[in-house]
Amino acid sequence: MKHFKPDTMRNLCGSGNATRRALLLLLFFLCPLTAFAHKRGGEAIGFMSGFEHPISGLDHILAMVAVGMWGAQLGTPAIWVLPVVFPMVMALGGMMGLMGIRLPGIELCIALSAVALGFAVFREARPKLWIAAIIVGFFAIAHGHAHGTELPAGASGVLYSIGFVIATGLLHATGIAIGLVHRWPAGRVALRIAGAVVAMGGVFFLWKAVSGEAA
Amino acid sequence: MRMRRLGLNLSWRAVAVTMAVAPSAQAHLMNTGFGPFYDGLTHLFVSPEDLLPVIALALLAGLRGPRFGRSVLFVLPVAWLVGSTTGAWIAPQLSLPRLEIILTIGLGALLAADCPLPLAFVAALAILLGLLRGILNGSELAKTGSSGQMVAVGVAVGLFVSVSLLAGQAASVRVRWARVALRVAGSWIAAIGLLMLGWATRGAA
Repeated sequence: MKHFKPDTMRNLCGSGNATRRALLLLLFFLCPLTAFAHKRGGEAIGFMSGFEHPISGLDHILAMVAVGMWGAQLGTPAIWVLPVVFPMVMALGGMMGLMGIRLPGIELCIALSAVALGFAVFREARPKLWIAAIIVGFFAIAHGHAHGTELPAGASGVLYSIGFVIATGLLHATGIAIGLVHRWPAGRVALRIAGAVVAMGGVFFLWKAVSGEAA
Repeated sequence: MRMRRLGLNLSWRAVAVTMAVAPSAQAHLMNTGFGPFYDGLTHLFVSPEDLLPVIALALLAGLRGPRFGRSVLFVLPVAWLVGSTTGAWIAPQLSLPRLEIILTIGLGALLAADCPLPLAFVAALAILLGLLRGILNGSELAKTGSSGQMVAVGVAVGLFVSVSLLAGQAASVRVRWARVALRVAGSWIAAIGLLMLGWATRGAA
């Protein structure tokens, strides 16, 4: 009885420990099984490419993080209304882009979004909720449309869309997490500075967009 | 020490072999190797287009209360089973990509809005979703020539388990932020649906 080892899994895995087994399990999940599930003809893209798309451009990142920061600054219910509005309206813009519906001045609008949202955070602007939602929704259309027109051709982009929306949501969550420093006096100042940085980044992209259009 | 190293090497080899031979899912039905019932059971979890509206409906019902959750728990798998049988039987060429996506968008939007809905309406949504997705699943199975009945039973059991877990969790939500998180999940599902609609339209163009 003294040498009896009841832990069969441990014996099976040699002298393995919980960390190694967890790693093993993680690697099993990373197998490409799910990624290929229901792959239809023409689905040339997957979750990861969708996830990477919103975080591949700094202009998009600035605007989406700024939405979260502004929401946190405005407090309840804006803290969750704005991040709920943005992905839905952005997806609507993405749908329009995918359908080939043309909208003018998209690049300008994207750059302007970082300027406006950063400035709102810097100024601690407190408009009515519906006005804030319209401002955010307006810019979301531009961001979504730009993404939609850039998406590669495919018959079904379900995994891509999931990755895309999750990445966007996580960017908002990052903005909200940053914006929570608003509760402390020093954090309030830091948040305003962060807003100014976002707005300056937006000015840079605006300058690039204007010079690009002029060229 | 030597035994430990040997164990580690074996583990890594097992991982490498598993990754090398990991079976890619067959079109519209995952082949688990355990038979049609288990193929059906796992089907839902590797089919995001099936899973998303189910998540939205289960959370929507759960947020409305245990009575709503219980109704969806029983109505949805039964409707799916009926739809699957019907699809395999009468509609082997059926394809309704936009209708199913619109239903996903609608369910996501209803969850995001968290609006009070009557029980009959939620049950009707469960019947609609179950019949629609079931018919499409059954139709796909009929095309591949798979034995559909046990697969459909497996899918129904998977649905029952998923809805009971999701609706149960949503029904037990008491804190405000958790309810908000579920509503955000609804907006994400609606957003995914909108993008899918764009894809479907572009694919059809």
